[in-house]
Amino acid sequence: MSLYSLQKLIYELNRDPRVQRAFTEDLDGLLANYRLTPEEEAAIRTDDVGELYIMGVNGQILMHFAAWRGFEWDEYIQAMKDGLKKHGQVKGGLYAAVDGGEGGAV
Amino acid sequence: MSLVFAGVASHAPGITARAERADPQLRDAFYAAYRRMAQAIRGSGAEALVLVGAEHFANFFMDNMPAYCIGMGEEYEGPIEDPDWLKIPRGTWPGNPDLSRRIITEVMQTVDVAYAEEWKFDHGMMVPIHFLDPGGDLDIVPVNINCQGPPLTPLHRVWEFGRALRRACDAAPEKIAIVGTGGISHWPATPNSGKINEAWDRDFLDKWTRGDRDALTAYSDAETLRDAGQGGFEIRTFLAVSGATEGASADIWFYEPIPIFAVGCTIGVVNLDSEAAKQAAE
Repeated sequence: MSLYSLQKLIYELNRDPRVQRAFTEDLDGLLANYRLTPEEEAAIRTDDVGELYIMGVNGQILMHFAAWRGFEWDEYIQAMKDGLKKHGQVKGGLYAAVDGGEGGAV
Repeated sequence: MSLVFAGVASHAPGITARAERADPQLRDAFYAAYRRMAQAIRGSGAEALVLVGAEHFANFFMDNMPAYCIGMGEEYEGPIEDPDWLKIPRGTWPGNPDLSRRIITEVMQTVDVAYAEEWKFDHGMMVPIHFLDPGGDLDIVPVNINCQGPPLTPLHRVWEFGRALRRACDAAPEKIAIVGTGGISHWPATPNSGKINEAWDRDFLDKWTRGDRDALTAYSDAETLRDAGQGGFEIRTFLAVSGATEGASADIWFYEPIPIFAVGCTIGVVNLDSEAAKQAAE
């Protein structure tokens, strides 16, 4: 349920300027609406795109979150590579099955 | 018969977002093929564009994911992404609720489909529209096949969905173009973004140009994931066009891997005359 909630937060952020405003102005209040683990919450608070990718956030959702948080393209790709190096392979979601379970490991 | 044009085109966001980083020769040749497709659509006299895409969690999420959805809005806004990121200005494109309603009603005779009166276009719709209808001259009927969040609709059902779309288009007096937009093999939004299995793509496109139903519907999702990445699930958009033009051959006007665009860039056009010739022969 937790990965679902994490992805739903980012999905809603990506498409709704009101949620983006809440993220910027009242992050605690916004996060209270989603059932996240402490680790997921920390990854969101620190813009840890690499760890979010490893947690299993679908890349098509994560890509736009990264862009919105100011990641340039190469920084975004590098963040995912760093995430793989630091945390190991993708743990959940569709991307855990990509490349035979390597989740896009180069 | 009111289907006047059918084809497929790539929609990866890098096509516009990272244009300046591509090999200029390849990029310009690809853009030229896209513009040639736009001219062909204009030349066909099409009044509406049925755009069969594979959107990426802009409108549809795992809280209520339709396998198929057809837009029935008066207008559509896009891009949902930051326009500065996609490098396509935000705007609105006209829908045609009456035409959409007739298409949806006819499709429902054989395929259950969701509909949406509200729909924000992401790059999956905006990149093709940017090239094919930048002035908003065509009524857009957006169609989505869930290619992102499994479980996904099986390929034989996609074929039937294409057939249903065709039946619906044929019942409409309007001149209609249908364009399927997706990637073939690609690993977008992963650390392997830019990886492309060119041999797999060319083999797939060979089957696609022949409209080979048995071969095109034989891929399992496990095989596609292994050989063509999670992005390969978007072949559903190509299959829908094949189903809509069953019996026709097609031509590839452009195919080249452009890694910074994260996809083998493709423009393919169905030879609708070949369909008519085959039907006449039968």
